[in-house]
Amino acid sequence: MTAAEIFGLCGAALVGVGVYGLVIAPEPLRKLLAFNLLGGGIFLLFGAVARRGAGAGLGGDPVPQALVITGLVVAVAATALAVALLLRLFEASGDVSLRNDPPPAPEPES
Amino acid sequence: MSLLFDIVLSLIVVALAVRVIVAEDGFAAVVSFAAYGLLVALAWVRLYAADVSLTEVAISGGLAGMLLIGAASRLRAIDARAAAQRSGRGVRLFAALLSCGVAGGLGLAVLALPDPAPSLAEAAVANLPPTGVGNPVTAVLMAFRATDTLLETVVVVLALVGVWSLAPDRLWGGRPGAREHADPNGPLAFLARVLPPIGVVVAVYLLWAGASEPGGAFQGGAILAATWLLVIMAGLSDAPATHGHGLRWLLVAGPLLFLAVGFAGIWLADAFLAYPTDWAKALIVAVEVAKLLSVAAALGLLLLGPPRRIDTP
Repeated sequence: MTAAEIFGLCGAALVGVGVYGLVIAPEPLRKLLAFNLLGGGIFLLFGAVARRGAGAGLGGDPVPQALVITGLVVAVAATALAVALLLRLFEASGDVSLRNDPPPAPEPES
Repeated sequence: MSLLFDIVLSLIVVALAVRVIVAEDGFAAVVSFAAYGLLVALAWVRLYAADVSLTEVAISGGLAGMLLIGAASRLRAIDARAAAQRSGRGVRLFAALLSCGVAGGLGLAVLALPDPAPSLAEAAVANLPPTGVGNPVTAVLMAFRATDTLLETVVVVLALVGVWSLAPDRLWGGRPGAREHADPNGPLAFLARVLPPIGVVVAVYLLWAGASEPGGAFQGGAILAATWLLVIMAGLSDAPATHGHGLRWLLVAGPLLFLAVGFAGIWLADAFLAYPTDWAKALIVAVEVAKLLSVAAALGLLLLGPPRRIDTP
């Protein structure tokens, strides 16, 4: 077994954990974490593919590596936007549940 | 021996991920997530991806951890209520089957990857000399796949516009976050005085070295943003008012210069985002400097959140 295969399997397991969390977690913050785990697993799969493409004196294929760097920055920007939306919802309604129960009456904005 | 290290590291990473999902407390989940980010950075080193490792440790372990810990501490009041709404047994079983199916399929795909692996490493190295940079990852980011990087710098600014637009009308243009008042003689204020010079030097070094060694504008920008946030959190400096023209120009400087260089390439080098060979390295470094400042400002402001207070004269 090679390092690429081990971390590739690790990435696959992370995607699985992310999918599970995305379905069962009731809190939106936990869903956001699960989504990040899912994305992290995909990035590790990219890393495994990049490592297998080692050549020309490089330890890995630089193209997938550069794509992962781009992906990491976009992921953190999207996470920050989601957190801001979540905190705004909490401020406005006092709750952030994603259940189908009738939502609590929104408080007028002060 | 190193294989054993890889296996143990993978197991710890997956165990931390599981803890992120099953931890009772939202705060514990977020702390596990930050630890997970740091360990994944170690995995990237083992995959010979030092550039990715630096990004992961600065952005996922550092900035994202800070953002999520702040959110978890504000949502703590409703943690117990949310925990009471656990999904039923049927949903859990379905989710477990689904996740096993997805992970199993991906795992089989990993083991069945073609041999020899397709790779663009040869092509990237062969085309390195005209770009003038020595780090192939930087060459991919700034030359071969520059469109991705250009769009990414725009996405970060757009995310910030989204965050700012969550402010109520009367607070538009105000300062984000609460004014911090740390003990001026405490350890936080001490660190906020001692660390910024080191942070700035490390950020500039990462940018400059990124042309030939692992590093680059994103890694440097993330470290610069973290340094800035430390100074704000220690109360040594206030968060900037978001209506300032200087700040807004700083935020768009990177994407604007990148676009300008890209359009100039149509005349100077016959293609959008192409560089004239003699000037390639100078142009790439100039765009990277502007990008470093814009990314640092945008990431810092993204973490500070929407405007929350207006200066009262």
